Amino acid sequence: MDNVAEKKLALTHFWVAFGAFGLAAVMGLYQVIERSGFFGFLESREVYYASVSTHGVLMGFVLTTFFIMGFGYYVANTTLKLPVWNKTFAWTGFGVALTGVVLAALPLLLGQASVLFTFYPPLMAHPIFYIGATLLVVGSWFWCVSMIVMYMQWKKANPGQPVPLAMFATTANAILWLWTSAGVAVEVLFQLIPWALGWIDTIDAGLARTLFAWTLHPIVYFWLIPTYTAFYTLVPKQAGGFLFSDEMARAAFILLVVFSLPIGFHHLYMDPEQAHGWKILHAVGTFVVTLPTFITGFTVIASLEIAGRLNGGKGLFGWIAALPWNNPMVLAIILGLLMLIFGGFGGLVNASYAMNAMVHNTAWISGHFHLIFGGTTIIMYFGIAYYFWPILTGKPLFCPSMAIAQLWSWFIGMVIMTTPWHILGLLGQPRRIDSVNYNNLLTISWEPYEVTMIFGGLILVVSAGMLVYNLYKTHLGSESYQGEVEYAEPIHAVKDLPGYLNSFTLWNIVIGVFMLIAFGYPILQFFLMETFGSGRWGV
Amino acid sequence: MHIDKLEKNWAGISLGIAGLFVTVILGSAFFHGIHAPSNVETIDSAKLHLSAEFAEDKLGVERNPNGSVTVRMVAGRYGFYPKDLTLPAETAITFRWVSLDVIHGVHMPMTNMSTMIVPGYVAQVSTVLHHAGDYPLLCNEYCGMGHAHMWSNIKVVSKAQWDALNTQGGANHG
Repeated sequence: MDNVAEKKLALTHFWVAFGAFGLAAVMGLYQVIERSGFFGFLESREVYYASVSTHGVLMGFVLTTFFIMGFGYYVANTTLKLPVWNKTFAWTGFGVALTGVVLAALPLLLGQASVLFTFYPPLMAHPIFYIGATLLVVGSWFWCVSMIVMYMQWKKANPGQPVPLAMFATTANAILWLWTSAGVAVEVLFQLIPWALGWIDTIDAGLARTLFAWTLHPIVYFWLIPTYTAFYTLVPKQAGGFLFSDEMARAAFILLVVFSLPIGFHHLYMDPEQAHGWKILHAVGTFVVTLPTFITGFTVIASLEIAGRLNGGKGLFGWIAALPWNNPMVLAIILGLLMLIFGGFGGLVNASYAMNAMVHNTAWISGHFHLIFGGTTIIMYFGIAYYFWPILTGKPLFCPSMAIAQLWSWFIGMVIMTTPWHILGLLGQPRRIDSVNYNNLLTISWEPYEVTMIFGGLILVVSAGMLVYNLYKTHLGSESYQGEVEYAEPIHAVKDLPGYLNSFTLWNIVIGVFMLIAFGYPILQFFLMETFGSGRWGV
Repeated sequence: MHIDKLEKNWAGISLGIAGLFVTVILGSAFFHGIHAPSNVETIDSAKLHLSAEFAEDKLGVERNPNGSVTVRMVAGRYGFYPKDLTLPAETAITFRWVSLDVIHGVHMPMTNMSTMIVPGYVAQVSTVLHHAGDYPLLCNEYCGMGHAHMWSNIKVVSKAQWDALNTQGGANHG
């Protein structure tokens, strides 16, 4: 297959993603050192909050969005055996998104957008920040259109055939992202930009938080789906086995898309602008969305067991030792699943309506999402990168053993950094503080954990450097490598797939109904009661 | 379509686990009166000084005829006002929080007193404080450069001590 153009498209997206990642990792180390308070000469809250805001935007929005787009283009190309539809369109999307990043970076780095990556009004950033962020999202919509068009092209040419699983998941993610981004898009277009430009004088902070909550939960599934796609469709092959069940994988992706959307109010449990009933409804939905993760855990571990036994592993646990631990993708999933167990446990605490009060907005929360996003989700992005780089560049991986050391160090660093972070939360430390100034004995108990976190940060930044260096040296290599992405086969071939597991029409209707129920009145209420907006506040 | 028996069983178990969690949460929400702050009550944050409830001289502790206590607090960059309060242990306390500027969050470590304070809305939290001691009130939502400096004090004393303080006056100002 001649797919040089597709390789270039995917690789360019990936480089933006990992470039942003490398920069943001260095900022992360600075932050963990600054906030410990042990290095007086580094103390600057202006620099700290500019850095935290940039770190969040780069890791949460730039790394993810560009990685997901690059991955999606290449998955579509290689699973469907179709050229990427309208490459000018795809490159235009890339250009729009990159322009957005550059625009947003200007006020961020100048300290004019130190509103963190959640940018809750009435704290106001420079208007260019909101416009840049909007362009990043608009650029990603080009990708969504490309994915859906290619999916339709293939379905039209192959009526009744099951869409290849990796593409089914990628299309699910494109649809998920269109639904997901609608909330924040409305907030930015109708509230933040007109307000920041002075066209309207006040903003309803409660409505803004409600719209942001629409986006805030499913966005993490947008980030997670490429990781799950690799779990199901790449890892079993790399481990030397087969996918345990193609059908359950499809069901899991559908459940993820449908139930990650109408549950955002678990971010608003402690908010005054929404009533109990809505919060409880979203709480129930939050537990429903654990189901696809439970299913994923089972199916991918079963797939790994098949591989381990095919490799000669015996006994109850012998198959684990028989897995190819020196394959970056296999190691990434093992370490990722370990972090998912702990992170998932923390997530259940957060999701619990009453227990949440004990951890809400404490350091526990930052620890939680670094473990589950920076850990589970991102470590698989690394696994994918190590697998894709030789294929996309046509050159062998510069140093496979460095890749293995990098994955281990990322895992170890993440555990050393996030465990104290969780404990600090339980000891009452608020999130997002740049220094400890409270005149209270409680804060003495925080110090050892702040120190420990620095070591975690150091290991992580070295690990990030190893990743970027390895990918860079691979790209510059002189040897040649021929290979194409190989997708895992299910142990039972897929036949007689019911329409509802091979199409999103029904599910889009279900999502529409769910969103109407979950967000209809909670948004409408702001127009039915007398509300009082807020003016513009600097940081 | 092929679904393995093991997978069907596991799906059932997962459903059971999630169902158990939901039951416990709904049980605590409905039968133990554990509620997140959700009163959906609006207020003009720009005119708090003119409001009947949150003008400066109305803030702090109020004893209700039924023995419960209402605490009215204003959050603003960078502090919670009044800055020092003394509250009774083992007493039903209703906190009513408003913001005069941006979004804040507040919690008392080691208690379940936690809420977001969104400008334009009154956040109401009902709780009982069980242990006497000195507690900080900490801002837990980024609100600007002084976020880490936003805190104040609550002293929790036994009910008897608190009643004694009250008859002498001055409990409101610690």
